[in-house]
Amino acid sequence: MENIELQRIANKIRKGIIISTFHAKSGHPGGSLSATEIFTYLFFEEMKVDPKNPHDPDRDRFVLSKGHCAPGYYAALALKGFFPFSDLEQLRHTDFYLQGHPDMKMVPGVDMSSGSLGQGVSAAVGMALAGRLDKKDYRVYALLGDGEIEEGQVWEAAMFAGARKLDNLTLIIDNNNLQIDGAIGDVCSPYPIDKKFEAFNFHTINIDGNDYDEIRAAMKEARETKGMPTVIIAKTIKGLGVSFMENEVGWHGKATNEEEYKIAMDELEKAGEALE
Amino acid sequence: MSNMPFEIGKKAATRDAYGKALLELGRLHPEVVALDADLSGSTRSEYFAKEFPDRFFDCGIAEANMAGISAGLASCGKIPFMSSFAMFTSGRNYEQIRNSIAYPALNVKIGASHAGITVGEDGATHQCLEDISLMRTLPNMKVICPSDAAEAYKAVIAAYEIEGPVYLRLSRFSTVIAHDDSYEFRLGKGEVLKDGGDLTIVATGLPVPASLEAANELEKEGIHARVINMPSIKPIDKELLIKAALETKRIVTIEEHWITGGLGSAVLEAISEDAPVWVKRLGIPDVFGESGPAAELLTKFGLDKEGIKKSVKDFMNS
Ligand SMILES: Cc1ncc(C[n+]2csc(CCOP(=O)(O)OP(=O)(O)O)c2C)c(N)n1
Ligand SMILES: [Mg+2]
Repeated sequence: MENIELQRIANKIRKGIIISTFHAKSGHPGGSLSATEIFTYLFFEEMKVDPKNPHDPDRDRFVLSKGHCAPGYYAALALKGFFPFSDLEQLRHTDFYLQGHPDMKMVPGVDMSSGSLGQGVSAAVGMALAGRLDKKDYRVYALLGDGEIEEGQVWEAAMFAGARKLDNLTLIIDNNNLQIDGAIGDVCSPYPIDKKFEAFNFHTINIDGNDYDEIRAAMKEARETKGMPTVIIAKTIKGLGVSFMENEVGWHGKATNEEEYKIAMDELEKAGEALE
Repeated sequence: MSNMPFEIGKKAATRDAYGKALLELGRLHPEVVALDADLSGSTRSEYFAKEFPDRFFDCGIAEANMAGISAGLASCGKIPFMSSFAMFTSGRNYEQIRNSIAYPALNVKIGASHAGITVGEDGATHQCLEDISLMRTLPNMKVICPSDAAEAYKAVIAAYEIEGPVYLRLSRFSTVIAHDDSYEFRLGKGEVLKDGGDLTIVATGLPVPASLEAANELEKEGIHARVINMPSIKPIDKELLIKAALETKRIVTIEEHWITGGLGSAVLEAISEDAPVWVKRLGIPDVFGESGPAAELLTKFGLDKEGIKKSVKDFMNS
């Protein structure tokens, strides 16, 4: 797919993020927006997944370890055809299937339930291990937050994956530099991220995570790396695409009000038109 | 001491009271320190953090480590108040709390906000419905679940005086304050809110006001319910419960928690040997929570006034 096509999809995902959180009156737009290019590339270019056969045992797997970014994940799944895009308007509503955090029992296309930070990555390691046991050539992708990697469990998972040389596993760290209480460097710095993973026997790649050429090259490099798992440290901008959310820690877990919603949708509409 | 910042009749969440009381304790006692795990705005430990940045430690998203660090600080004479969501600071770090805090009986206070179903939209992964159960099973641990912000404020201040580990179960959701500054929180004591001889409603935490309202309306329908607020779940007020069991013969327990292991179980354990009577437990049944606005979820699980009235009537007719 051409970058321009990916950009058009990303624009729709961004709208989905704003629409769903607005109607839910809650949810997490910031980290969903920073990861939009990653969601787009994974679901529309990289991964073998089929919305008509969501449980295909040979499909690639994806775990949203930073489960609070379900709005971005769900928008990508909807556009891919797993469920109607209009359902996003009922995100987090009582008795509706689109749960606040990814729910593999209820939401088509979700491979693993998540929401408690640090746990998804271990499940991804388990999926990669199962793939090796079953001699299948599917790949496993997990997306983590840069605050999330403060959890000790992330490093237990990394140690295992490195020790077992799980080269069918790609971790992506959404390095938007912000968590809830502030900049990750101020709260409890996990930097340097690449050197840590290197020490845990990972192949590490640093990229601009909002740039398709760099994402494309990194995914290819990960696929071609043998004998060790790969981590892609994707530098991104939290809230990207909505001017007042960009790099603003306050937009981590808050929905727009009516007025903000109009401004955000207007900006995204214009950005979409510019891509036509 | 009377710096009660909460007024009867106004709305606030118990987490707000935790934040204000923690700040007050910080002003009074230099050995009080606070820790959080990237949720200081939500848990309200940020009030303390802003005034005492040198005594506040953000551990990042690392709740297990936070529990261990708190244990170490307490072993050196500090009084750490560590805060996060109930799910992550009773569940995620359960074994650290058990072995590094409860077992050595260290003086750590756990401020667990966003407990129960009223976390709302975040859904099942964040709705901790087992923390009363997990925490009250631990020797040395005290478990407190206040019913409104004023009671919470008093309970947090009292927790400082209690030697050893204390678990404070707090809510995100704002409710109307029913206590005033004259109220005295006492560990191990329940509070009789209304007298009655037909049955006793024992409630804890957020559903307490709805329980009282339900009982007041049932009064007009000829059902005379005694209502007990039980903020101290461990130790529980055994004496008050046995008296109620003997005098009213029936008990309904109400909590924003799974009906296994929580207040209902604690009440059963308290009365089973001395006054075994018929007990109906209201709470969340054996299912995980789900996303939705807090008030809608309370209705869905029958923990609002109407739901409580219906369950009590059914119970009285059975
Ligand atoms: C174990 C656990 N602790 C705390 C939380 C609450 N929480 C949700 S998101 C978040 C911050 C995440 O920051 P980051 O990983 O950087 O995510 P992003 O910036 O990509 O949104 C926290 C602390 C949680 N979901 N799970
Ligand atoms: Mg981040």
